[in-house]
Amino acid sequence: MTHAASVAPHVPASASEARPVVSFNGVSVAFDGPPVLKEVSFSVAPGETRVLLGPAGVGKSVLLKTIVGLIRPQNGRVELLGNDITHMPEENLFPLRARTGFVFQEGALFDSLTVRDNVAYQLIQERVPDDDIDARVMEALKFVGLEQTFNLYSSALSGGMRRRVAIARALIHQPELILYDSPTGGLDPVTSNTIIELIVKQRDVHATPSMLVTHRLQDAFALCDHRFDPEQGCMVPLPKGQINPNTTFLMLEDGGLIFDGSLEELVHSENHFVREFLE
Amino acid sequence: MAFSAIDRTAKQIVLTVQEYSLFSGRALLNLFRPPIYWTDFLIQSDVIGFGSVPIVILSGFFTGGVLALQSSATLSAFGAAAVTGQFVSITMIRELGAVLTGIMVSGRNASSIASELGSMVVTEQIDAMRALGVDPLRKLVTPRIFASIVMLLLLTIVADAFGIAGGAAVTVFLNHQNGTQYFHQAYEHLRYPDIVQGLVKPLFFGYILGSIGCFYGMRTTGGTEGVGRSTIQAVVISSVLIIFVDFLITHALLSIFAG
Repeated sequence: MTHAASVAPHVPASASEARPVVSFNGVSVAFDGPPVLKEVSFSVAPGETRVLLGPAGVGKSVLLKTIVGLIRPQNGRVELLGNDITHMPEENLFPLRARTGFVFQEGALFDSLTVRDNVAYQLIQERVPDDDIDARVMEALKFVGLEQTFNLYSSALSGGMRRRVAIARALIHQPELILYDSPTGGLDPVTSNTIIELIVKQRDVHATPSMLVTHRLQDAFALCDHRFDPEQGCMVPLPKGQINPNTTFLMLEDGGLIFDGSLEELVHSENHFVREFLE
Repeated sequence: MAFSAIDRTAKQIVLTVQEYSLFSGRALLNLFRPPIYWTDFLIQSDVIGFGSVPIVILSGFFTGGVLALQSSATLSAFGAAAVTGQFVSITMIRELGAVLTGIMVSGRNASSIASELGSMVVTEQIDAMRALGVDPLRKLVTPRIFASIVMLLLLTIVADAFGIAGGAAVTVFLNHQNGTQYFHQAYEHLRYPDIVQGLVKPLFFGYILGSIGCFYGMRTTGGTEGVGRSTIQAVVISSVLIIFVDFLITHALLSIFAG
């Protein structure tokens, strides 16, 4: 671990000891049927990237939405950016959510708006001057390599482009936490790699804490054994044997958290479900 | 078994009424608390109001025409065909202008509101809006309800005017009666209570069609099939509610003006 720490210079060494950005304590969520999340407890430290693994339908997206209060828990306690949001009124949650970024599974772009207006949605609501908006949108679109789509309608974009615009929308406000809900789901390997590169870039350049939901192991491992090289402007593999120490894993099985630890602990886990999932 | 099904359905209805009351009440209260999205209100006024003008003109005109045809046939039997104008104008202004416009606009806009918001729900656009720190109730629901109320009032006036014009066209061109007499009768017997009745109703009908459309749109579940279901529910319930509320308002206003 100490050896690997040298590859993540942006993250303070005391990150894990600082106040967590997200904290779940015995959280359970149920709708009409059986519980979707059962007594889930974990935390996200500043500068940490947590990868939430698990097969489809185990409650990964529900967990992500519970973090920002889009879904309310029946039991337990949820803390976001130091605030207890378990029973917080919806009106008080809006300013808190504005400090986070959320990339939805299919992008969830507003079909009736252009890419510029989608990315600038928060800024437009805050009545930021148009010139400032244009400059910041262009900067965000450059970050995801889509500046040419500025005036296009979101319905004219491909699936991969929609995800990248969604990432630009989530990043434009310089969030204190980013949540990615299956950002590579249903995409071809090349586009998936582009998305993962953006996530690694955001992690290594801005050190923004994040949580990423995926069921694709190759994406999860790529986050661990790659870093963003600002000189080359792309993602490069870490030297053999090194991993990013601030990228850790959670795994859900049937709504319950069955794993919480590092990549090394994950690959050596004795848990039957973890082993089956990895194999 | 049957009892438990009735019990479950009754509880479901009560729960829906409770949720609707809270939803529409909160949306209305948002009108008095910033931020108020005036641009969205203007856009929705254009969509709901200006977009509905053709159907309101056509339905108003032909309803007035039918009223003139039917009433003159009956009134002639009593030698009172001359009061056709009075009959048409009072019926249109007090009752049919508001109800017809309410139902026509409800068919067009409660459905479009429900399907638009429903599509946004199933594609996670509403969640995305909430995640971006914007209240969908303020941004999407309040402007639609407010625009429905204001526009339905104006559309009702348009329907009344074209209904009276339709009655005049039938009276002059088909029944070969005097047009001046028709308009004189239409105007002479109108009283303020008639106009108040006709202009109070669309305020309630606009609120119903806007809030029901938004309510069913925002609680859509079950993908694209759910969007279709929400659309149907919005149109059916808003139309039935408009007729039911019309009965209540008419009863109340008649009692007030009779006193």
